[in-house]
Amino acid sequence: MLRTLAAALLAATAALALSPAQAADIKPAILFDNGGKFDKSFNEGVWNGAQAFSKATGVEVRDFEPQNDSQREQALRTFARRGNDPILAVGFSQASSVAAVAKDFPKTHFMIIDGVVDAPNVQSILFHEEQGSYLAGVMAAMASKTGKVGFVGGMDIPLIRRFACGYAQGAKSVNPKEQVFENMTGTTGAAWNDPVRGGELAKSQMEQGADVVFAAAGATGLGVYQAATDAGKLAIGVDSNQNYLHPGHMLTSMVKRVDIATQKAFTDAKAGTFTPGITVLGLKQGGVGVAIDQYNQSLVTPEMKARVEQAASDIKDGKVDVHDYMTDNKCPM
Amino acid sequence: MSGGAAPLPWWIDYALLPLANLALALLVAGLLVLATGQSPLTAVAAMAQGAFGSGEAVGYTLYYATDMIFAGLAVAVAFHGGLFNIGVEGQAYISGLGVALVCLYLDALPVWLVAPLAVAAAALFGAGWAAVPAWLQARRGSHIVITTIMFNFIAYALMEWLIVNVLIKRGQMAPETRGFNGGGLLPGLDRFLPLAPTPLNPAFAVALACLLLVWLLIWHTRWGYALRVVGASPRAAVYAGIRPARLVIQAMLLSGALGGGIAFNEVMGAQHKLLIGFTGGYGFTGIAVALMGRNHPFGVLLAAVLFGALYQGGAELAFDMPSMSSDLVVAVQGLVILFTGGLGLMLRPAFVRAFGRS
Amino acid sequence: MRGIDKSFAAVRANRGVDLAVARGHVHGLIGENGAGKSTLMSILYGFYTADAGDIRIDGAPVRIADSRDAIRHGIEMVHQHFMLVETMSVLENVVLGAEGGALLARHLPAARATLRQLAADYGLEVDPDAIVGDLAVGAQQRVEIVKALYRGADILILDEPTGVLTPQEAADLFRVLAALRAQGKTIIIVTHKLREIMAITDRVSVMRAGQMVGHRVTAQTSAEELGEMMIGRRLAARLDKAPTALGAVALAVAGVSLHDGFGVPRLKQVSFDLHAGEIVGIAGVAGNGQSELLEALSGMRAFDSGRITLPNGAIVGPGDPADAAARRAAGLAHVPEDRLRTGLLAGFAARESAILGYHEDAAYGRAGLLDWRRIERHTAALMTRYEVRPLLPKLRSALFSGGNAQKLILAREMERDPAVLLVGQPTRGVDIGGIDFIHRRLLALRDRGAAILLVSVELEEILRLADRILVMFDGAIVGALRPDEADERRLGMLMAGAA
Repeated sequence: MLRTLAAALLAATAALALSPAQAADIKPAILFDNGGKFDKSFNEGVWNGAQAFSKATGVEVRDFEPQNDSQREQALRTFARRGNDPILAVGFSQASSVAAVAKDFPKTHFMIIDGVVDAPNVQSILFHEEQGSYLAGVMAAMASKTGKVGFVGGMDIPLIRRFACGYAQGAKSVNPKEQVFENMTGTTGAAWNDPVRGGELAKSQMEQGADVVFAAAGATGLGVYQAATDAGKLAIGVDSNQNYLHPGHMLTSMVKRVDIATQKAFTDAKAGTFTPGITVLGLKQGGVGVAIDQYNQSLVTPEMKARVEQAASDIKDGKVDVHDYMTDNKCPM
Repeated sequence: MSGGAAPLPWWIDYALLPLANLALALLVAGLLVLATGQSPLTAVAAMAQGAFGSGEAVGYTLYYATDMIFAGLAVAVAFHGGLFNIGVEGQAYISGLGVALVCLYLDALPVWLVAPLAVAAAALFGAGWAAVPAWLQARRGSHIVITTIMFNFIAYALMEWLIVNVLIKRGQMAPETRGFNGGGLLPGLDRFLPLAPTPLNPAFAVALACLLLVWLLIWHTRWGYALRVVGASPRAAVYAGIRPARLVIQAMLLSGALGGGIAFNEVMGAQHKLLIGFTGGYGFTGIAVALMGRNHPFGVLLAAVLFGALYQGGAELAFDMPSMSSDLVVAVQGLVILFTGGLGLMLRPAFVRAFGRS
Repeated sequence: MRGIDKSFAAVRANRGVDLAVARGHVHGLIGENGAGKSTLMSILYGFYTADAGDIRIDGAPVRIADSRDAIRHGIEMVHQHFMLVETMSVLENVVLGAEGGALLARHLPAARATLRQLAADYGLEVDPDAIVGDLAVGAQQRVEIVKALYRGADILILDEPTGVLTPQEAADLFRVLAALRAQGKTIIIVTHKLREIMAITDRVSVMRAGQMVGHRVTAQTSAEELGEMMIGRRLAARLDKAPTALGAVALAVAGVSLHDGFGVPRLKQVSFDLHAGEIVGIAGVAGNGQSELLEALSGMRAFDSGRITLPNGAIVGPGDPADAAARRAAGLAHVPEDRLRTGLLAGFAARESAILGYHEDAAYGRAGLLDWRRIERHTAALMTRYEVRPLLPKLRSALFSGGNAQKLILAREMERDPAVLLVGQPTRGVDIGGIDFIHRRLLALRDRGAAILLVSVELEEILRLADRILVMFDGAIVGALRPDEADERRLGMLMAGAA
């Protein structure tokens, strides 16, 4: 009898712990990917979002940059044990660690960007990269004089192929005969940080006639942009707005708003509206897009702008369905 | 029982000298922390707390120490034969292949059967990878330092290719194999002992057993004696009728096999899958561990625990002092390695002056 | 050089040494190994600084603290072992250390011209573009001399210059030296070869045991007189030596030859028999093949031709690999010349050094294990019997004095009553008491029927112990004498290759 009562009490406490009332004083934490938080791209976007959240709410955000793979799970555990909640893991490679730790800390809320973990206390945040890339492809094809555009990917994984496939679809929507060169930098994590090889791949694509090159390759992209600038050609940035890197040579950036996603996720958690399951951010949610600012204004013609806006609204309305490579590991292009 | 009139009593060489080096390293590191406007004392306290302050902390420290013991022993064994094995990293990496193959194909079997097979595979693959540089050194005079370094690169390339193209779980982005099942999972030590759940696993016990075995082998067998003669003076070895070439090869095989322990601890014990770069540089840290431990198993144990504590405490430091950048933590770890390993004998002349007369 | 003193720890290598060399002369400096010639020349060249005494050049006192000072004063040394970079060309070697600025390319044409001039002046023909490693030994030596002259040498020191040369190369060298003398250069030749001294020097100074024993004008002396001065008339105190009971042949050496790694012949057709119950002494100046002979016999080194018959009847030929363990098993024991790197291990405890070469012995532990307690007891017993002090089996081997370390090695090698004992320099660096002890033990072993081959540069030691004396010179056995027919003068002549 007494035991039943105690169990009921415990259950009630557990329920309380997950209830919105308790969420006001959250202690959010971020586990970055191996690139580190100041990578000018993906991780840094998350960091900027967290900073914005802190500024708006005054809530401090803790973070950790792992030095090796075994530290990931350890860091998640440490955060959880210390009462950090919610805990945001950045990058697809954290998925297995999040899955393991989320199971052991069922009362703690976890979030993962770019990965999917199926657990009642995990929110998986994904992006429709193919939609943003489609718009980048539209702009590339319109800016190209040769009818040839290039794509340099980082690590050869389905996620990056999703970028490539969306880009190709966008380019061919403008000109069905548009030629799209596609190269991947490598097959391991090192491919995210090899600007020299990135530059070489871009040069080889430009030698074949490409005059716009889109890089979705982390720090490797920096070499791609430099090569395009040196050759007097155009480049397209990725994840964060990278237009400022080479004004006049950056046609645009395919932004993936991990900053907004981060800020929103933390804000929701603070408000007690944490929702487990998969959240996919596309054009409609403002999760992806192409950046137009003072650095690339001169490169974007009014008709280009109009065409991009049209494409964007078509995608939002469902008039245009951009194929997602990861649904079938195939690209129709 | 100290070595009589030996220049320094053993406890100075194996305990006081390393401690003094550690103190010096912490002093310099403290100045560095101070220069960034933070309290070195808080940092040291946080590191110590992070490394030993809780059951979980101790578990992680010993888990890292397991890798360090294997790596340190591997370097030390080769060193007794006068060989500088820089290739422990690559040997351990290749050993990971052996462990993974056993676990992937045999994980339907019970773990008590799979684990010994995995240990054997780790040793075999590590020794195999060390065999070529060993043979080149013994028979062709190619310098072992150069060849083992080169073999590290070959190991990286080979393993990356295998993991990305052959062993990767299909339809998965991360370059790693599928997770092992049932018999491929080495249970954590917390399953047997009253410990917090950590990656600390029976590989730690294997490491301790290796410490004991290496100690016996080097100091209490004819083979170990011959190896030490080769290392101390190849000319004396020839005089004694020992064939240096044969011992060089055998010592390198043993060294590579010991390095394989890292793979057993990481792949089967902690990660439960084979992933890119699981060796995490432990093979190189092993050089510092062996240097600091003066190539003696007891010294290697102490040094391994210290380095394990540095890894674990350093990670915790980032949690406790968010203003300390991860680069600063790496710098502090590097300073300790520099002073205890690279400059390990710097203070010795002073100690000889102070204690040598006794 | 006047009143030069130099000590190394307890060894007084130079004691009040005076040496005067006249400008434009070829001056010989002779003496036995360890007589102090090299020390004296090293002081002149600035490698060591003297404890006392002064150096004057043309009457003016000079201070030579290092070799740069020496070079500034026009003193150059051609070492026995050439200081050349084998992978570089002759020209590069010559300018090495005298580049005269960072821009080598601008400097080289001038150097090439100077080289041509030197060749014309002294008959020193060298191809400036040849790679040094490809040159014959004699040509390499010419490069050394050219290098010295290029740096402006007035005083040239040659250390054992003909040690590595063929007779033809030596003749060439002498011609060059004559040309140098004709141009007013001063040359000091350090050697132990009397024949050369007689052939090319104007004056000669003789050293013995750290002291200068005399100066002679070469034309007014003889090889015999110099030999006597070199060896001295020290009378050997005879040990009570029982007459030998000569047994069967224990070790037969037939026509053994070997070359070193550089292709230089080190042993030439060495043949002799070693009988049970005799001590055969190998006399000779160090570096004439004795070390190689010991290594070939003891199985430390393979040889090129010939045959060795071991005490157990086994025959070792040129194809057989070096295998010291097999020799030991055949009844051969070996006390090597190099005590701290070969005979024992400096960093090892005495008990560890005490089983070197015998670590596979079943008495030292079961199966593959070593029982250190048993070994320690055994070592302590050995140390007691051979009076090794201090009696601490765990003490590091390097911390024993020379005599005690040697006694430990002797104990290890003699305790098994080997059929043949090879001994190299048994008393080098050993004090008087230790010498006497070691000599008595060697004789006792002989009296028990062992065959002993004794290699020593100490003539006195050989005369005291040997039942038969073989003299080695330049890798060959050049004489065989009984002790009663061998006096030091005759041995000295043989050893110097002058007989």
